[in-house]
Order: sequence, then structure tokens, then C-alpha cells
Amino acid sequence: MSEHVDIDKQVRIYFMVFGALMVGTAATVGAYYLEVSVPVALTIGLFIASVKASLVACFFMHLIDEKKIIYWTLALTVAFFIALMALPILTSVTDQVGDFAEVEAHEAH
Amino acid sequence: MEIPYTVEAHPETGLNNGKIGIWLFLTSEVMLFGALFATFIMLRIGSDGNWAAMQAEAELNIPLATVNTAVLIASSLTMVMAWASLMRGQLGRFKVFGWLTVGCGGIFLVIKYFEYTAKFEHHHYPESSTFLAIYFAMTGLHALHVIGGMAWNAYFTGPGSKVFHTNRQWLTDRVEHSGLFWHFVDLVWIFLFPVFYLL
Repeated sequence: MSEHVDIDKQVRIYFMVFGALMVGTAATVGAYYLEVSVPVALTIGLFIASVKASLVACFFMHLIDEKKIIYWTLALTVAFFIALMALPILTSVTDQVGDFAEVEAHEAH
Repeated sequence: MEIPYTVEAHPETGLNNGKIGIWLFLTSEVMLFGALFATFIMLRIGSDGNWAAMQAEAELNIPLATVNTAVLIASSLTMVMAWASLMRGQLGRFKVFGWLTVGCGGIFLVIKYFEYTAKFEHHHYPESSTFLAIYFAMTGLHALHVIGGMAWNAYFTGPGSKVFHTNRQWLTDRVEHSGLFWHFVDLVWIFLFPVFYLL
């Protein structure tokens, strides 16, 4: 974080972020009781979690005002993280395509 | 021999070495939990539609987990307040917020203990289902991180705080670094909570 920070202003922001995180938690639990399909529930839940995580990272972890070397390090991490998440999803898609081709071949016979 | 760049910024990075070190550690933690989340996705996709049934059978306690989420978020606030107190030169307030942070970690673990105990009483073990296996693996690893963070914070709030009188900036930086770890632990829970309990 930068050397010259207005701590009083920071503290006010911390309390606002805390309030937003609590509201986010209530919204996450509230969304659970909505009668929606699984994909919609997943989207809502993960969206709220991502917003909350961004607030923690930006303000509590001071990422909103950090040195470039940290941003580059994290950018590299995010790239590897996306690749890691893509692996099981792509595997699943490939399996489904394989199953589909197998069924088609079976029907052709 | 004095270790260089523990307080002053390294000319190459613009940061002290402790800050670089903790961020590099956190990136490795992202990949550790990332691997487990990838495993979770793989298991869920491969469950042939049985996931919801396994989740329902596990009977996870949503109200308790919601309280735990609030406790961990509150601990993140007390953690930044501890750091802000040091920035203001207020040792007493730093100690109050520091111990509050450790206390919140303790409350989180006590609630987790009750949750785990309830599972074991109903004979719900990691080997009982795929859902419970990944649930115990991920929440257990997270709990270990909470214990680690509590020990780290307890040291700087307790015996480590003596440095305040001789090298205040060193202590302030170390508390910021332990805070970064603590917030990361909070951040992981922010995803664990909906993924296991709600979705």
C-alpha cells in the first residue's frame, strides 16, 4: 500500500466494505431460498461471492492501491488458475462429445 | 548482520521483501485451493446427478455456517482495524483489535467443531460419500489455515508487539502481511460457503 494514506478515510471505507459484505452474505443466503433452477442459483451464488471476494481483495488487502509487481504476479496466477479450472470443465465437454459420437455411431449401425 | 529490505523498500520492486514474500506465498495458496476447487468441479460434474442427493444426505447446517461467515467477515474488519491502529501509533487499540481477530478465529473453529461433531454423530464421515469427502478435505484445510492465522496474529499481538517501542514500522508491516494472509483465509471461505452449503 502507498506510504501516504489517510487512515481516517481508510477506516470509513473499511466499515462500508464490512457492511457491504454482510449484505452480500444475507443476499447469498436469501438467494438460496429462491425457487430457481440449479444453473441460475449457481450463477447468482457465484456472482455474489465474486463481488464479496473483490471487495475483500481491493480494500482489505489494499489491492486497489498496490505496486505493479504485485499486479503482474497476480495476473500470472489468475492465468494459471483459469487454466486449472478449465481442465475439469473441458474434460467434461470432451467426454460428452465422445458419448454423443458413440451414440451416433451406434445408431448408424 | 542486518537483513536488508525488511522495512525499507527494495529498489527493484518498490516493496520490502516481506510484502513480496507474502504475496508469492498467497499465489501458491491460490493454486492449492484452486486444485481442490477443480477437483470439486470434476466430482460434481461426474456425479451423474447424484450430487444434490449426497448434499441433502450430508445435512449441512446453513444457519451455523451463515454465522461463521459473519464471524470471519467481522474478523477481517478487526484485522484491518488492528493495522490501522498501528499506523496511528495506538498500541493499546492494536492489541484490542488483534485479540478480537484471534477471538473471532476461535469462535469460527468452535462452530466448526460443533458442525463436524454433528456430522460424526450421524455417522457422516469423509468415506461416506464423494460430497462429504471433498467437504471435509476443503473445510478441514481451511480450518488449518484459520489455526495458522490465529497463531501468527497471536504472536504479533502478544510477545511480538514489544517491537513497537523499538521498530514500529517493522511491526506495522508484519501485521499488514499477517492481515493479507487472514483476508485470504476469509476470501476462501466466501467461496466455500455458497459452494458447499447453498448451491
